[in-house]
Amino acid sequence: MQEVTAQPRVVPEPKPKSYKSSSELKKRLWRNKLLYVMLIPGVLYFIVFKYLPMYGLIISFQDYKPYQGITGSEWVGMKHFSRLFTEPDFLNILGNTLILFGMNILIYFPIPIILALMLNELRGTFFKRFFQTLVYLPHFMSWVIVVSISFVMVTMDGGIINELLAYFGFSKINFLLSPGWFRPMYIIQVIWREAGWGTIIYLASIAAIDPGLYEASRMDGAGRLRQVWHITLPAIRGVIITLFILKIGSVLDLGFEHVYLLLNSMNREVAEIIDTYVYTAGLRQGQFSYSTAIGFFKSIVGLIMVVTVNKVSKKIGEEGVY
Amino acid sequence: MVEDRTISGRIFSAVNFTLLAIIALVTVLPFVHVVAGSFTTSAELAANKFVLIPKVWSLEAYKFIFSTNTIFRALGVSIGVTLIGTLFSMFITSLMAYGLSRRDLDGRRVFNFLVVFTMLFHGGMIPTFLVVKELGLIDSYSALILPSAISAFNMIILKNFFQNIPEGLEESAKIDGCNDFGILFKIVLPLSLPAIATISLFYAVTYWNTYMSAILYLDNSAKWPIQVLLRQIVVLASGMDHSATLDGSVPPPDQTIKMAVIVVATLPILMVYPFLQKHFAKGAMLGSMKG
Repeated sequence: MQEVTAQPRVVPEPKPKSYKSSSELKKRLWRNKLLYVMLIPGVLYFIVFKYLPMYGLIISFQDYKPYQGITGSEWVGMKHFSRLFTEPDFLNILGNTLILFGMNILIYFPIPIILALMLNELRGTFFKRFFQTLVYLPHFMSWVIVVSISFVMVTMDGGIINELLAYFGFSKINFLLSPGWFRPMYIIQVIWREAGWGTIIYLASIAAIDPGLYEASRMDGAGRLRQVWHITLPAIRGVIITLFILKIGSVLDLGFEHVYLLLNSMNREVAEIIDTYVYTAGLRQGQFSYSTAIGFFKSIVGLIMVVTVNKVSKKIGEEGVY
Repeated sequence: MVEDRTISGRIFSAVNFTLLAIIALVTVLPFVHVVAGSFTTSAELAANKFVLIPKVWSLEAYKFIFSTNTIFRALGVSIGVTLIGTLFSMFITSLMAYGLSRRDLDGRRVFNFLVVFTMLFHGGMIPTFLVVKELGLIDSYSALILPSAISAFNMIILKNFFQNIPEGLEESAKIDGCNDFGILFKIVLPLSLPAIATISLFYAVTYWNTYMSAILYLDNSAKWPIQVLLRQIVVLASGMDHSATLDGSVPPPDQTIKMAVIVVATLPILMVYPFLQKHFAKGAMLGSMKG
């Protein structure tokens, strides 16, 4: 590291925009060699666990046999992809995935915004802190815990919800095994676990609003609701749109764990989504190539969605995600 | 916000406060119910459903679940994976984040792009499984750590935090003869404690909640972490698929026992949460705003 400290004093180095010569680049690379050493574990991680699986996607164009590996397996072109769109099973799970996604957008998405607006109107920082602490908490519980808590509450033998139903003279409901209750249970669990946590970013951008605006509007006689509508909401519009883009981008990516935990043989009709199907078809039934094709399809749709929505949002004058 | 003392303003505040209080209550009640239920007897729970504070206190459920080795072993796995995983992840994440935070590093844009790209597109479950299998990690504890060792999101949060540290500090350390590792460990990390605390909490929570990696990569039930055991005890025994998953002759465990296992699987998070809570809102924002 001798030259590192000596160099700048002899030749005062301008912040280089383009490389004047390859020797200068070499010198800088050498000077930063320890930084490159630091990158090694991380780069290795991304190569092995992120980029190698991308390479592995080519098995969706093969009839992959575990013992023959990628190099030895037979190429079959688009066979598995064309199977996707002819299989009634697949259309059903695609539909299920889209319905759950729609519920996420229509029911869940506005809730953190409303919660943040309400929290912001709260007087006294103590209560604000207290509420935030309580509503953030569920985000840290795993889906297993969330699903378990709701299961002990709704179970037929002694769950509090069913006991309450019975107490008030209604008949008990088998929430876990009836297909009709899968979607409501799903979205309630999503809201319970994520709504509070979802307020963080909105609250932060609300905090950045100039208090003078509220003062001025009060002089003009605006009430609290008008202030929310004309000042707070427009001020966080950009953040809302950004988060909306992120949400749209994850259209087919609902997360495996949550749905997998709720899935059973009785509600499969409505509960099977792309992620759980990939697991069942791929790892349970050994259809590696077919389920990889499904995953590939999902990833491509996600990528296209993010890129498109981002472009659209830039066009209408918003910031976009990247 | 400006104080509003008009009548309509007061009504607004009162309604708002009441609604939020109800929301907060609804958020915690399910958990309070489970905690209370775990500390009573199954007879009491069966007779008196709606209690939030049990009349009869009992450790019966906890005595039962700790009477065998199963839960100790699962807790041990979870604690071990959480401690080792968090340390390992923090170590390689900070190294990478620091390298990429330095503006004079040639090629950082390429590295950055390659990291961000993994957030937009990925190989998916099956190809990742095949990589893990090829590496011989099936049924090893490292399968719970290595495949998710770095979260691109956490790395970027940390990188952005490091970038905000004045460069002058690093330069003066360099003149004093400190190399890049010295700068990272003696100057940058100590200055970044709020970010480090936040990211560590995120990693620790992820490792504690490890479930998917376990069911994908661990066939041996003796190696299950607590989350998988919890699923066995609560989800599979909750009247779902009796025929497929449970031997009909074995009765499902009592409610109190299920509740006690839920509490045991949640407790560690509840214990670290208050200590780190004041940091993470700040840290989460840092990353998500500048992404």
